[in-house]
Amino acid sequence: MTGIRLIEIKEGILADNDKAAEEIRKQLRSRQVFMLNLMASPGGGKTSLIIQTLRGLKGLFRTAVIEGDIDSMVDAEKVAQEGIPAVQLRTGGACHLDAVMVDMALREMDLFALDLIIVENIGNLVCPAEFDTGAVKNVMILSVPEGDDKPLKYPLMFTICDALVVNKTDYLAMADFDMKVLKERVLTLNPKIKIFEVSCKTGEGIPAWTQWLREEVEAFKR
Amino acid sequence: MHELPVTENILKVVLRHAEEAKAVRVISVSLRIGELSDVIDEWLQRYFDHLSRGTVAEGAGLLVERMPVVFRCEGCGKSFHVNIREVRDVVCPACGGGKASFVSGREFFIKSIEVI
Repeated sequence: MTGIRLIEIKEGILADNDKAAEEIRKQLRSRQVFMLNLMASPGGGKTSLIIQTLRGLKGLFRTAVIEGDIDSMVDAEKVAQEGIPAVQLRTGGACHLDAVMVDMALREMDLFALDLIIVENIGNLVCPAEFDTGAVKNVMILSVPEGDDKPLKYPLMFTICDALVVNKTDYLAMADFDMKVLKERVLTLNPKIKIFEVSCKTGEGIPAWTQWLREEVEAFKR
Repeated sequence: MHELPVTENILKVVLRHAEEAKAVRVISVSLRIGELSDVIDEWLQRYFDHLSRGTVAEGAGLLVERMPVVFRCEGCGKSFHVNIREVRDVVCPACGGGKASFVSGREFFIKSIEVI
């Protein structure tokens, strides 16, 4: 008898990654370390925002950075110049970080000696949205030159983030970018998202962003 | 863009269930994927064909059921389908209300497999 049988599975395609991410969150919770996953397009300003954030939070938290990069050390070197430990994950072509990769970086760190870890994901608005890294909060950057239509093109990314940082507001005068329309679109997809308008170049808006992060870290550690 | 690691996961789950069922061949794999996901069906199949060579799942077809993006109007409570990549604003077709909340479109799971 070799009839065709239908087997019900109902299992998440990325269940393995989701499980690894939950393990990371459990570990971070027990060590009281807040991990932030920062995502953006290439050139959106991830490294610049990290550097501004490190300066804004200087002396408040023991911080480290995990740098995801396809094949270079440039970003890790910039972070190290700020006197902050950085672990570079060279993904060798992968378009996103996943929980297993982040776990490898965490093994290189002394979690008892840290309060905050910032993960700089690979520059990409598509793939990182699907892969949970184990972070406590997910944040994305959209830079003004990219346009206010991005929530329509990459809706998943906007639905999974806790905060959106709109960077390069110093370009607003030169760009066809409608901040009001952008906010409406983003809030429709994700009514709970916090939106910050910043310029990493001029420093405008950075204090409100670092204040939010500070409160989130403090609330987590309480 | 990330179809390869996604397909590796699909194959792993499929092979585990096929083995448990003592199947000699997997005929098809049914997936349910929300429209918000950017994976491309054709690439899933191509990678699957490649990765499954020499396993019981070799030659199996992937049947992808795309789940539409659905919003629910906060004004009148009606649910409606939205072509998220084309619309400028989400507007309720029943009452014209502009406040709506996201209901579905993020599904990403393996529904079932057909085996012999």
